[in-house]
Amino acid sequence: LTDLSPDRRVATRQNPWLLLSGVVTLLVLLPITALVTVAVRGSTGLWAHLFDYVFPVALRDTTILLGGIGLLAGVIGAGTAWLVTFYDFRGRTIVAWALLLPLAVPTYIVAYAYLDILHPVGPVQTALRSLLGVDSPRDFRLPDIRSMTWCIVLLSFVLYPYVYLPTRAMFMMQAANLVDAARTLGTSRSALFFRVALPLARPAVAVGLSLALMEALNDIGASEFLGVRTLTVSIYSTWVTRSDLAGAAQIALVMLIVVVSLVLLERWARRQRRYAHDAQHPRTLVPHQLGGARAAIALVVTSIPVAIGFLAPAAYLVQAAVARVRFAGVSGAIVSEAINTLWVSLIATAIMMVCAVVVVYAVRVGRGQLPTVLARLAAVGYAVPGTVLAIGLLPVTTIIDTIADWGTVTLFGTTVGLLMISSGAAMVYAYVGRFLAVTVGGVEAGFSRVSPSLDDAARTLGHGAGSVLWRVHLPLTRPALATAALLALVDCMKELPATLLLRPIGFETLATHLYGEAVRGTYEDGALAALTIVAIGVVPVIVLARVGHSIR
Amino acid sequence: MTRLWSSAGTAAALAGLIAFAAVPASAQELNLYTTREPGLMKPLMDAFTKSTGIKVNSVFIKDGLAERLAAEAAKSPADVLMTVDLGNLIDLVEKGLAQPVKSAVLEKAIPSNLRGPNGDWFTLSLRARVLYADKDLDLTAFNYESLADPRWKGKVCIRSGQHPYNTALIAAYIAHHGEAKAEAWLRGIKANLGRAATGGDRDVARDIMGGICDIGIANSYYVGLMRSGAGGPEQVKWGSAIKVILPTFEGGGTQVNISGAVIAKHAPNRAAAIRFLEYLVSDEAQKIYAEADYEYPVKAGAPIHPLIAALGTLKVDSLQLTEIARYRTSASKLVDKVGFDR
Repeated sequence: LTDLSPDRRVATRQNPWLLLSGVVTLLVLLPITALVTVAVRGSTGLWAHLFDYVFPVALRDTTILLGGIGLLAGVIGAGTAWLVTFYDFRGRTIVAWALLLPLAVPTYIVAYAYLDILHPVGPVQTALRSLLGVDSPRDFRLPDIRSMTWCIVLLSFVLYPYVYLPTRAMFMMQAANLVDAARTLGTSRSALFFRVALPLARPAVAVGLSLALMEALNDIGASEFLGVRTLTVSIYSTWVTRSDLAGAAQIALVMLIVVVSLVLLERWARRQRRYAHDAQHPRTLVPHQLGGARAAIALVVTSIPVAIGFLAPAAYLVQAAVARVRFAGVSGAIVSEAINTLWVSLIATAIMMVCAVVVVYAVRVGRGQLPTVLARLAAVGYAVPGTVLAIGLLPVTTIIDTIADWGTVTLFGTTVGLLMISSGAAMVYAYVGRFLAVTVGGVEAGFSRVSPSLDDAARTLGHGAGSVLWRVHLPLTRPALATAALLALVDCMKELPATLLLRPIGFETLATHLYGEAVRGTYEDGALAALTIVAIGVVPVIVLARVGHSIR
Repeated sequence: MTRLWSSAGTAAALAGLIAFAAVPASAQELNLYTTREPGLMKPLMDAFTKSTGIKVNSVFIKDGLAERLAAEAAKSPADVLMTVDLGNLIDLVEKGLAQPVKSAVLEKAIPSNLRGPNGDWFTLSLRARVLYADKDLDLTAFNYESLADPRWKGKVCIRSGQHPYNTALIAAYIAHHGEAKAEAWLRGIKANLGRAATGGDRDVARDIMGGICDIGIANSYYVGLMRSGAGGPEQVKWGSAIKVILPTFEGGGTQVNISGAVIAKHAPNRAAAIRFLEYLVSDEAQKIYAEADYEYPVKAGAPIHPLIAALGTLKVDSLQLTEIARYRTSASKLVDKVGFDR
């Protein structure tokens, strides 16, 4: 019946949303297309070498790394989300938001910090030796942390919030009715988790894990530093050490295809499940009250991820930064670097939010598969390592500059020069291309909770698609939108490789400053910058926690 | 819709605002793209500005310097390009991103084997790939070949084999002994590693102090940076936990790498760029290279920092640097082949 409504017909005929969504997707895909052209220009001579010596181990290590992180981060994220949602215990409200704090800590900083903390000459082992009465680390020391196991552990403890956040939201939104129903049917509390809550949370866990795993896959800093050679590190040595950009582009594209296939496979596997939400009667879940030892255990279990993923590295950074400031003073540059970081990240986040709303709304008002395909493609940049994407973006900036130049020369008789890079727009473009998946996922999750009957009702009252978006979807999904924006903002602030390559002359962010120091081998020199990154990152994370709270 | 466009417009306007970071290229300025850490370049840039009045704007780029220049093409504001590895420097020349210059000052200051034959690249300072050893170890001389000696099983620390500093060392080994012997040598070192081949050069000293390793390979200037206290009190301890030996190839000398520069192909401030390079080989600047960065000056007779001079007399290996650069790709592939970094 709705098909006959005049608005819907108008929308189908012109569908500006589909057009806009197409433009956004095209812009995201341009750098990747550029990579394809680079890749096909190269020879395939490299592949014999790769198959013989690189892939067997790189694939094995990548699989172990991602498998390990998937398991550990999934268990931590979903498990803590379950505990703080379904049980009430002393301290719950604090850990519920504190569990998000590791989001503020970039993976490379965690790796640096833990090497210092756990090194044989670091504080932990030094204390241990004096406790045991051993003089020299040559007589007693713990196994080195530069290993696969530690890489999995450390990355899991900073990446689990990607799982925790959507899973908890899903539990709070949807679980109440079903959980009550299951309890009425006599399901035990632990069976509830496995038979009701977990299957229910599967889309959220899947979305969260895919973000976490792509972060892990594209991480260069931490895994390289801990001596784990992933596929991404192989791409790096092919490109940087052997100056074979074409070969690196080839590996990157193959990796992209594998990642996209995996994501599609997961979606296909749950294609027939529906996760409808009863919009009219959202009920608040009443958590089960824990007391005594059980409450203490719950508090300890939920505090461990916060301690490992945030408190320990943050405390270390504070101590290192204080020592550094005493030794070398504070450079005034750090203020301008912090402002730069925030500024660029805010602009990129604003653009990403607009793009994400366009892309997701196009799916809602459009028909057929095309808008959905566009939405999936728009998110593909997240599966490409930051530097690789940045390299693909370089020729695109050249094209845009040439067009802009032609335009201004024709119109005003003046040249704009290197517009994209010198204005910082190239950097913003890279952030948007890379992190759009984060905002698209968040907006999608928000919009999926708005019942389609609301759209239809508004349409019947004579509102067009744009008006419905403005008056219905955006106001109703504000918390989800804020969550998406904040996640993207934190991601932008932590971004290093694309920033390093695409920033204008004389423009430093906190991440580039820290990296400049880290390259010299003195992580302590960068402690203040690292601490500032974490501190600035904590602000949106706390806002995020408050937003999450207000959803209830 | 209109709202949508207006927010997009606002965003675009905001993007325009950060253009404050753009630096116009004027006659009294100079733009430097460097893969060298900004902290190490700053004293030199400041001294140049003080002596000439020419302001140096710089951007530190780690990977992708060549790609960015190629994309910027004729519009590139870059005047001078600096790298800390000869392979990377020659790469810029071979990709057509540099231009040759003729300067009597540069030719006089830099020995002919340390600059391009057409004046297309120039060495500014030298660093040696040296041995850090536990200070209590009974060891006074060393050659690179014995890194593979089973005597050191589980005792060797070194950064990633794919790092330019190490590919250059392996390339030098190939140039001396051929690829087959280099492979056996690398397998030997791999079997001797005390921990994953990763981290930085200073980690070698710290890991020796921490008892993880007995010996390791690292660059010479880090000794100065650690022992001088420039890196803080912790690093003084690392620096004093080791002793440093200048190793040699059998029948050769110590392997050195360079920090160097080229003039960008489309340098808008070419004259200022040449002045900058000429300044960097002046006595004053070479002294800064030695004093602030603990490197070996490229100019004959320029003073070496006492902390570095104390390491012993550097006997530079006689191999041509360009010869070493030629084997860089083979070296990198060997690292993959023997699984050095795993």
